[in-house]
Amino acid sequence: MPSEVVRLEGHIIDSLTLSKVMDIILREGGEYHIQRFAMGATRSDPSHADIEVSAPDAATLDRILHMTQQHGVQRSTGEVNLVAAPKDGVLPEGFYSTTNLPTRIRLDSTWTPVDPIEMDCAIVVKSEGIVECLPMHRVVKGDRVVVGDQGVHVTPVERRDPDDAFGFMGSEVSTERPKALVVAAIVQAMLDARGQGGRILFVGGPAILHTGAGRFLEAIIKAGWIDVLFAGNALATHDIERALFGTSLGVEIATGNSMAHGHENHLRAINRIRGCGSIRAAVENGTLTSGIMHACITTGTDFVLAGSIRDDGPLPDVITDTIKAQDAMRSQVKGVAVALMVATTLHSVATGNLLPASVRTLCVDSDADSVIKLMDRGTHQAFGIVTDCEFFLKELAGRLPGVEV
Amino acid sequence: MTEVCTGNQTTRVMMCAPAHYSLEYEINPWMRLENRPDTELAAEQWSKLYEVLTTEAGAEVSLIGQVEGCPDMVFTANAGLVRGEIALLASFRHPQRALEEPHFAEWFSQNGYTVYMPPTGCRFEGEGDALFAGANLLAGYLKRSDICSHRWMAEMFSTTVLSLELVDDRWYHLDTCLLPLGDNRVAFYPGAFDAYAQTVIRHHYETIEVELDEALRFACNAVVIGETVVLPNGCPHLEANLRKLGYKPVSVEMSEFLKSGGASKCLTLLLN
Repeated sequence: MPSEVVRLEGHIIDSLTLSKVMDIILREGGEYHIQRFAMGATRSDPSHADIEVSAPDAATLDRILHMTQQHGVQRSTGEVNLVAAPKDGVLPEGFYSTTNLPTRIRLDSTWTPVDPIEMDCAIVVKSEGIVECLPMHRVVKGDRVVVGDQGVHVTPVERRDPDDAFGFMGSEVSTERPKALVVAAIVQAMLDARGQGGRILFVGGPAILHTGAGRFLEAIIKAGWIDVLFAGNALATHDIERALFGTSLGVEIATGNSMAHGHENHLRAINRIRGCGSIRAAVENGTLTSGIMHACITTGTDFVLAGSIRDDGPLPDVITDTIKAQDAMRSQVKGVAVALMVATTLHSVATGNLLPASVRTLCVDSDADSVIKLMDRGTHQAFGIVTDCEFFLKELAGRLPGVEV
Repeated sequence: MTEVCTGNQTTRVMMCAPAHYSLEYEINPWMRLENRPDTELAAEQWSKLYEVLTTEAGAEVSLIGQVEGCPDMVFTANAGLVRGEIALLASFRHPQRALEEPHFAEWFSQNGYTVYMPPTGCRFEGEGDALFAGANLLAGYLKRSDICSHRWMAEMFSTTVLSLELVDDRWYHLDTCLLPLGDNRVAFYPGAFDAYAQTVIRHHYETIEVELDEALRFACNAVVIGETVVLPNGCPHLEANLRKLGYKPVSVEMSEFLKSGGASKCLTLLLN
């Protein structure tokens, strides 16, 4: 649907000009969305409204804009300002910092989408008008970077369709949400994603193993429900420890008893995989025969293991350069429609940073802080559910078609 | 010099004696080339208005000389909008009247005003479309002035501007259909405004509704000086309403100026 962002300013409330303009838009078959409204601070100060006007076709939009212009609506003719990057990895002063919301820029009199969009990045116009959203470190000297916000149009997240599977959930964190309903909504969202060719991303922390929920995640992956797994050294290590020794951090998963010298098990597990060269090699030579990572290898599910400073080992598959890890994750989020983030703060926030706001994002943690942090870092589209991950994964495995635990 | 009721300050207005007043073109529904004004009669009517304003109403009148080739220059209300030492100069919609702009600009400058031009491409016909009423500046648009001039005036005078859409060509300027009466009251002809403007006017002011037949006589095109209201004759209902409210209506014959779509208010520009 063609749309344009226009501005109305003046004493538009007292004069009813804003009401009039909105009425005209609707009467002529268009729709409006007030993107920003700033009320004048004093009686004589003007108010400002940025209004996105949309219409079923370009001719109707033109007619509406023509009609509303005489009531003071100003069309933006402003193109983006572009300034060359001064050095590799350095942006020009005043660069436009992106959000994770759908964004377009005005370039050569047309609106060009910035796709995919990622928060906290810069918008770069490459040669032949190719528009890219790039993190700072990927910018090279001379890249033409958008500076200031002129000619940049950001579309806020749309009101949720009440029929949407996520529709009944607010975006606030709650410990009192009916969890079975949330799980049912997630299942529906995953089915929708599958139907529309969208990918499903799972971000997990080691508590999945400690709580004994590893087998549920393994079963979900085996059934082909996950397209890509993001985790750290710990999840993979404890999963492999469980596969090789039946323990997680030395505690027997089956009995809950601590095993003698069990605390060494995770190091021995890492060592054994390092001996094989990679997790894939360990699966192929028969060393690793079960578990989450095994399921990823055998089903062809992509995974990115990002390292951290406290890692033991790490496993040979762990990417220890954080910038390289970010880039590996970045290349995997393309096409993701649903993101499940379970029992990890660090990886959830890191992933949230990379996701467009249009991705249906669920964050599950026993600690409300994790969920709140994710939203505080700008992933406002996330729904939070405060619960034990074992409960969640068991419910999810039980409801997803084709999952055998 | 008579002191008038708005404070102790003498009201000053600018007028232009009809030395070259005529009807040379048609730019509003009142103007018809076959119905030209009688220039002698026009001069008499103008002189009578001048006399009423200076004697009965106690105004001080400053004069600008009419330039040949600017037949509508007598309608000084459209020269601009003046407050304090600032004059916002008109930018006329019709090229015939745009010829008046440099002459008004020169007069304002010579008389000590700082002259500001409207933003490029923004039409503004002075007090014809902008009337102070209490805390607000009431501003008409669509027929002659553009709404962009409202933001400009608000900024220049740090005042609230209420934008009022005019919908009938016969009342092409705000001062043809709305008359501020003190800070809280206006007389107006509702049919000249769209529904939003009617709501705005009624919300902000006590109102006297002018009837159609008197609106067609330009009842609202009156000069208010203190409690004296100098209006065109033939508007008995408005006069009666004004008297009830304690005003002193004084009617003047304006027939020759009505042929060009103007009356007493159009012939005066408030300078303070």
